[in-house]
Amino acid sequence: MTNPESMALRRGIAGTLLFDGELASRGFELNAMCFSFNDTANRAAFLADEDAYCRRYNLTPEQRDAVARRDVLAMIEAGGNVYYLAKLAGIFGLNVQDLGALQTGMSVAEFKQYLLDQGEAAGCAPASNDVGVAA
Amino acid sequence: MSAQIIGGYFSSHVPGIGGAIARGAQAEPYWKPFFDGYPPVRTWLAQARPDVAIVFYNDHGLNFFLDAMPTFAVGAAAAYPNEDEGWGLPVYKTFQGDPGLSWHIIEELVGSGFDITMCQKMKVDHALSIPFELAYPDVAAWPVKIVPIAINTVQYPLPSPQRCYDLGRAVHRAFQSWQDDTRVVVIGSGGLSHQLDGARAGFINADYDRFCLDHLANDPEALLRHSTEEVAAIAGTQGVEIVNWIAARGALGQGPHAEVTRNYHIPISNTAAATLVLTPT
Repeated sequence: MTNPESMALRRGIAGTLLFDGELASRGFELNAMCFSFNDTANRAAFLADEDAYCRRYNLTPEQRDAVARRDVLAMIEAGGNVYYLAKLAGIFGLNVQDLGALQTGMSVAEFKQYLLDQGEAAGCAPASNDVGVAA
Repeated sequence: MSAQIIGGYFSSHVPGIGGAIARGAQAEPYWKPFFDGYPPVRTWLAQARPDVAIVFYNDHGLNFFLDAMPTFAVGAAAAYPNEDEGWGLPVYKTFQGDPGLSWHIIEELVGSGFDITMCQKMKVDHALSIPFELAYPDVAAWPVKIVPIAINTVQYPLPSPQRCYDLGRAVHRAFQSWQDDTRVVVIGSGGLSHQLDGARAGFINADYDRFCLDHLANDPEALLRHSTEEVAAIAGTQGVEIVNWIAARGALGQGPHAEVTRNYHIPISNTAAATLVLTPT
């Protein structure tokens, strides 16, 4: 068995939910929908009729509401996993830094600066202020 | 006879790297400190001339979904295509496999108690392709065959660092009993510290990353003391991709290793990015 200290970390890291069986069960429908977005025709179908597409995947009310509000933290709370949610985010034109900003309450510029500041603190070769190019 | 292990190549695999390559952005100030890590890798590979690459990586929802998630999956296909991963980006070149070596590794792994999933069809995602895009930027076809080994880093319980290291050690035993002197490079793809999800998104831990880079060559056991949950706490939720590096280090064998090149840069996208080449001494 996973030791008790490690099990406690599944819900014990601030601002973090480790994606275990409980969350994977809760989020299966949402993640299945996101997995379908590997197919460009499915992305188009979602954009053409979001409600119908979400019904086809039997999203729970919590999942449907989180998707409708583009609320990433609520999607994660509803069992969404970021590897799959990233495919949904792509449909909305959001990259992982946009996702970071949405989840932390920072502006996108502030979130990118937060990352650059960590590089500077670590003594990495200075990056430019041209933060707009990062995907 | 046994396979010749020329060394290990370790690299981050952020999707944005592929975007930067597609745009030709390698020399832009934001990207240059990262891409500057790769000319020494290319020089080393040109001299070391590997025939086959054994690649430890994690799938991000291209080949595997949560309906059936293998902890360890070994490819045994003649070819491994990439496909649209959901963002409509350019599709990476197809890899040629080495089914004979794949089945030999599978026999050794199952014989050693690793009840892996065997895949005769397997799509490979950016995590496998990007290290090759970085190492062989201008080739029409990949110059090496591959044996892909996917490790679950998505759905807990994840395999522990110790278990991944032991998996790599079993792969090393398969090299030792291989029928010819095929030249093998071992690749570990992923990391280093980063977190994409949750209110802690953007978390990076340069101290842990340097600890990993400093110990991987000659004290890899130092990386095995943590559980995977502890690694997530220390290195971020996606920082657990370090298990791909740990497995690859196991496959290099237990002897001492020298560092050919190392690069470390924060940030690339949301990630602390690293490049490392180790060779047996």
